[in-house]
Amino acid sequence: MSIMTADKQSVRHIPDRLSTPIGRLLGSWETLLAAVAIAIFIANSLASPHFLDPWNLSDATYNFTEKAMIAFAMTLLIISGEIDLSVAAIIALASTAMGAAAQAGFQTPALVGIGLGVGLLCGAFNGLLVARIGLPSIVVTIGTMSLFRGIAQIVLGDQAYGGYPPSFAWFGQGYMSDFSWWPTLPGFEVVTFEMIAFVLFAVVFGILLHRTTFGRWIYAIGNNAFAAQFSGIPVQRTKFILFLMTGLMSGFAAVCLTSRLGSTRHTIAAGWELEAITMAVLGGVSILGGSGTILGVVLAAVVMGLVTFGLGLLNVPGIVMSIFIGLLLILVIALPIVFRRIRSRASA
Amino acid sequence: MKLFAKLAVGTALGLALLTGTASAENIKIGLVVKSLGNGFFEAANKGAQEAAKELGGVDIIYTGPTTTTAEGQIEVINALIAQKVDAIAISANDPDAVVPALKKAAQRGIKVISWDSGVNKDGRILHLNPSSNELIGNMCLKLAADHLPGGKGDFAILSATSTSTNQNTWIAEMKKQLPKYPGLNLVTTVYGDDLADKSYREAQGLLTSHPNVKVIVAPTTVGVLAASQAVKDAGKIGQVYVTGLGLPSEMAGAVHSGATKQFAIWNPIDLGYSATQLAYRLVKKETDGKPGSEINAGRMGKIKVGDNGEAAMADPFVYDAKNVDEFAKIF
Repeated sequence: MSIMTADKQSVRHIPDRLSTPIGRLLGSWETLLAAVAIAIFIANSLASPHFLDPWNLSDATYNFTEKAMIAFAMTLLIISGEIDLSVAAIIALASTAMGAAAQAGFQTPALVGIGLGVGLLCGAFNGLLVARIGLPSIVVTIGTMSLFRGIAQIVLGDQAYGGYPPSFAWFGQGYMSDFSWWPTLPGFEVVTFEMIAFVLFAVVFGILLHRTTFGRWIYAIGNNAFAAQFSGIPVQRTKFILFLMTGLMSGFAAVCLTSRLGSTRHTIAAGWELEAITMAVLGGVSILGGSGTILGVVLAAVVMGLVTFGLGLLNVPGIVMSIFIGLLLILVIALPIVFRRIRSRASA
Repeated sequence: MKLFAKLAVGTALGLALLTGTASAENIKIGLVVKSLGNGFFEAANKGAQEAAKELGGVDIIYTGPTTTTAEGQIEVINALIAQKVDAIAISANDPDAVVPALKKAAQRGIKVISWDSGVNKDGRILHLNPSSNELIGNMCLKLAADHLPGGKGDFAILSATSTSTNQNTWIAEMKKQLPKYPGLNLVTTVYGDDLADKSYREAQGLLTSHPNVKVIVAPTTVGVLAASQAVKDAGKIGQVYVTGLGLPSEMAGAVHSGATKQFAIWNPIDLGYSATQLAYRLVKKETDGKPGSEINAGRMGKIKVGDNGEAAMADPFVYDAKNVDEFAKIF
């Protein structure tokens, strides 16, 4: 190994172009996504006179904030080489539990606790089956996806839970300006609780993944779980914690969504697991594990939110929107690979 | 082809710049449906466009989510609020979950009504039902009488389950209004549980156990279809008729075979037309839409708003050999 590298170095080789830090920044996935986000923002403001309205933009953030909260936790899980398809079902079960508690007369703090608690328990159940018993996560969570939503369906049937306490509505409908300490600067009045939660969680998960030993473990496990095990990384415990976090974030998303809807039906958040995974993948997280960044997922969430809201303003039918998101996903994933091919062919 | 055209609209974001502000003074009504690509709602849109043309200066924004979810509808509602539409007429996927979003719309001065599938009363000004229980009960009796020579003879009811709320209400209405049709004699009521095979067997049983029954009335789409098949298979076409509430696409064959002469169900075109009319009158402040008010709905006449802000459009629409094929293409 060392001989080979020594040999290589001894041969004088001048690369065509050095990869400068700026060059690397310009060529990165996040830059591409940011460019896409800016392009869509400009296109939207040109296409619709209603786009650049602070209140409208504030409403538009609801298209992605809750899904993004799940996507952050999902990102860590996917980087570690696992996946959780039961997140939307956890929302349904957590929301059903909160609905039942609200009917029984529990107040807002208890309801939030119940929502988070059910999310945590569901995550623990997934984690136990994957990390303790060693079952493949895709199989386990396909199972729990039906299980969790099935329980919600049995409890609710074709009925709905409503009657949440008025103060509960704040999580999904409230503005930060409801607090007296919130600055009364122009533009600040449209900031919602969910936006703040989105930013806070982005920072927390960003630090956790990119600035802590735990974060390094996640990458190590995703790249080679065996090697990670032999390096003394507690692989199973790390995976268990990641499932717990995904469950907890699903519980938090359940609190926000239930509060926003003001009611619970067993079909709540149907199909969100795929949207959360789409966000992570669009954000540059390798579905095979081992790579990805939180910044990428934040940008992907914003891109998806801007696209759906912008097309919605133009009254583009939802079917076309799905096609658009699908094309965007394929395009963003294919482009770097195609460029790399072209570049390697050119240099060869 | 149609999809391709829509796709072209979607991708050419910039193009919309040219058309986006073309008709700023027109009244904009958002017709929100459960999901796009459903023949019933496409037909409702046709009716809405008809009303818009008739009223003049009205733009219909026909929209809805891809899947029948409340979350998807809320995104659509938010987009309509952002466009500052004047009215929203919605067929809701969930009567409760869309309420907060619709309340927000109302706060920003948008007139909200629901139609077809209703919204809880805090979320809308009024709800337009395609018909009322009373009118449906009456229509079922009228159809039975029309199939009998001189309106005289025995008939039986083939219902869904014995606990189906809708069917039980309609049967109760039929019994209440039976004195209006002195020739009619209700022999029995059987239950096919809204299952095709059970309904078929119950209809067969009726044919053998009650040979005097000349008309089977099934106020359920499953039952009316199964009974038509049973009559046809028993070779009793021309002797026993089937009628009730059915879907044109399913019943076209029975009409052509002669097992039924006519049946009824709501007409989605009329429903879209009326919803647009009501929304327009509310925007124009011709009415406040409060219970008790009567609202002009063009060719559908006046529609009265009843308790809980619920309004009934009209009698169920009657389909026969003349029009069934046209509607069979729609729903």
